[in-house]
Formats: sequence, C-alpha cells, structure tokens
Amino acid sequence: MKFPGFVYHRPTSLDEAVELIGRLGGDAKVLAGGQSLLPVMALRLGQPEHLVDISRVSGLDVLAHDDGVVRVGARVTHAQVEDAPMVRRYAPLLADAMPWIAHRTVRNRGTVCGSLAHGDPAAELPAIALALDASLVARSVRGERIIAARDFFEGFLTTSLAPDELLCEVRFPVVAPGTVTLVSEVSRRHGDYAMVGLAASLRLDGAGSIDDVALALFAVGSTAVRATKAEDALRGRTLTPDTIATAVAALREELDPPGDNHASPAYRRHVAGVVLARTLQGFAADAAAISGDAA
Amino acid sequence: MSTNEIGSVSAAVSLTVNGTKVEREVAVRTSLADFLREDLRLTGTHLGCEHGVCGACTVLLDGAAVRSCLMLAVQADGTVVTTIEGLAAPDGTLSPLQQSFMDHHGFQCAFCAPGFILTAQTLIDRGQSLSRDDLRSEISGNLCRCTGYASILDSIEAAITDALGPLIDTSGASK
Repeated sequence: MKFPGFVYHRPTSLDEAVELIGRLGGDAKVLAGGQSLLPVMALRLGQPEHLVDISRVSGLDVLAHDDGVVRVGARVTHAQVEDAPMVRRYAPLLADAMPWIAHRTVRNRGTVCGSLAHGDPAAELPAIALALDASLVARSVRGERIIAARDFFEGFLTTSLAPDELLCEVRFPVVAPGTVTLVSEVSRRHGDYAMVGLAASLRLDGAGSIDDVALALFAVGSTAVRATKAEDALRGRTLTPDTIATAVAALREELDPPGDNHASPAYRRHVAGVVLARTLQGFAADAAAISGDAA
Repeated sequence: MSTNEIGSVSAAVSLTVNGTKVEREVAVRTSLADFLREDLRLTGTHLGCEHGVCGACTVLLDGAAVRSCLMLAVQADGTVVTTIEGLAAPDGTLSPLQQSFMDHHGFQCAFCAPGFILTAQTLIDRGQSLSRDDLRSEISGNLCRCTGYASILDSIEAAITDALGPLIDTSGASK
C-alpha cells in the first residue's frame, strides 16, 4: 500500500515548526519516526494533507537526567532510550517497557513522544506515563503548556493536545530509592499489541509495608488506565498472599475492558488479574530474597 | 527541498547506498523501499506487507535495521543505507552471514531472506553476547512462511559463533 499524497515540510527550528503547525492546524500531522503514522497512512486510516517532519528541528533531541526528572525530547527514539544506562538507573519502568515495544527495527525509528501523541490504548508508553505521573511539554505559537499524563489521554487515539500544539518533550520523575518496577503483558506474539498489559511500580518501607504503588493497565479500555482501587488495596499493606488476592479482586472489579476478535472482556479481566498476581508475587519474592540476603 | 514556507510534493535527496553516492528528485510520498526498488533498481529489498509487520523490507540505515516500507525516501536524505546487494564483495563472494544462510538452508523461497540477513547482520555488528532464545526474540519482527525458522536460527547462530564466539548456553538454566 502506497502512501497517499501530502505536502512535506521539514523545519529546522522549533519556532518554525510551531508556526507551521499553528498555521496548518488540523490539516497537518507531525512526522517523527513515522512508525505509527506511516502505517495509518498506508492503510488509509488517515490521509493528512501536510506532514511536518521534525527530524531536523534542533533542541528536540534531549535525553537527560535533569533536576529530578528524566527528559525525553520529541526526536528521541525507543532504541536510544533502551540503550541509555541513565534511563535504566533513573526511570527503570520506562526502560522495562522498551523490549515490549514492537521490534528493534521499529524501535530504531519510533519515538517515545510520538507514541504518546498517538495515544494508542494498547501501547506501552501511555501506561508508563500514567504510572509515573509524567509531564508532557507542548508548544504552540501561544506558548508552552505542561500537561500531566492523567490529563493527556482522552480517548482512543485522542489526546488533549490542541491541533496547533507540538509535543516537544516528556518528563518522567526520577524513581525513589527502593522502588521495584515491572512491565508485563500478554499478546498473541511478542511485539504485537498487548491483549492486556501492566506497568507496575511499588516501594516497600523498612517494615515491609507498601508505602507507594502505581499500577497502569493498557489494552483494557479506550485509554491506558490507573487501577486506583487495586492500588488502594495495596497501599499500607504487606505483600502477603491475602493482600495480593484482594488487589486482584479489586482490579477485576474496577476494569471494564472491551472485547474484540483477540480477547473477550471476561478474558481480559481474568488475564489482567493473573498478570497483576504474578507481578506482585515476583515483587514479594524479590523482597524476601533481599531481606534474606541482609539477615 | 527549496523552501519550507511552501512545502514540497517532491524533493531532492542525497544519500549513500551500498557505498555509492546517490542524488535524485523524488515524490515525497515515495517510501524508501520503493525508492530503492524502482528508482535505484535494487530489487533485493522485498516488500511483503507494506505496513511494517513482515520485516521483508528491512535495510540498514546508518547501521541500524529499519523497515524501509515505514520510511519516506525523503527522510533518508543524508543517510548511509545498506541493502542486501551491499553485503557481498564486489567479486560476488558472499558475506559470511550470507554464506551461512546458504550452508544451513536458511531460506526456501527466499522472499524473507534479505530482511532476516540484514536484521541478523546488526546482531553481529552490535557484538553483544546472545543466547538462542535471545536470537529468537531478535528476529521476531521478521516473518518466514517456509522454513519454520529453525534453519534460519541455525544460519544466524553459526555466523555469530564464527564472528563472536559461541552463544550463551541457557539449556541448563532453571528458567
């Protein structure tokens, strides 16, 4: 399938890019890695009149640990994030997500910000942004706006970015010491979109009770979602089999997943619980091993 | 491209393909794959699905494996591209990886072979130690409908073993 025709723009400065996007508005799509946009165009699910290629816009290539956050600019690819020891150290949940995202050939081109702006509910990164309470930096001719991840994903492939805004950067808060993280998903084949996925981050205090937890599910609704009831069932408790069972029940209660030809709602709800249980059991085993080592 | 103000439906591109500098005017909607196949007549780059699923169109872009169907030719401006035609020596001697695919029957119809070989080439180039399971994961973005993959894995494993030493043995590992 060949791409439909469009007018191509390749600005080199942020001001120029933002001016173009502001002028073209809804007729334009931003092209970064193109690993979501170009398939959409190949399949004629979208036919933008203009593409604004940001691959040469200076200043959008930041990948840095800076003032309590990990900053990922709009040109930074999944592969760059995957290969950065800094990300593993300061935002391990983001690093955990990388091997799940499609395949290395796609990660070599696809960008973190592009995935967020695309807003696919079955993709990993929106869930990572929700779990970590990331901040998204949008620019337009009207100025800069910082959007909390919880206010960013509005629906299926729909975000709160205005038509004249460019997502320039995402900022992930640096992980607190002692936090354990895991991304896990069930899909038909590795690299496919998930049928159910979970991004989990959890911290135990010195007495072994959970003092911080974030659970974000993907592929279970029109956007990635935080499992706030399951989080509530965990916060302040110790990671016993009873606590885990209660959290799993709370998760299955609060989810209202869709059905499609890959998985029914009941299957998704069941598997979400299984993935959560395995994740928490893994965290409990790791904690036991660490305290065993210390003893 | 003359100006950003007006935008373009065609653009000049300048890139290096298999060691040769190439300059062309292309329609901006042309994929890198179609540019390689139709403008440069490098038909070893195969198009299977044309939307990023099958991996047959994989080429190396500045040394990294990418899907040439999910990229515009104009995006490759200024890059160095290697296609399957760029691996063998000028006298036709196959690269060690290509020869390994011959020796281990790593293809039957060979439609997928260029993508597999170029994906595998990056594993050798990266030089990381890998297990057989890692190999399976690394090639999971390439589809083959003939071989059942075992002979492809054998081909890659033999070439990696020659280049980098034996794979990591996980057969006795507990998980």
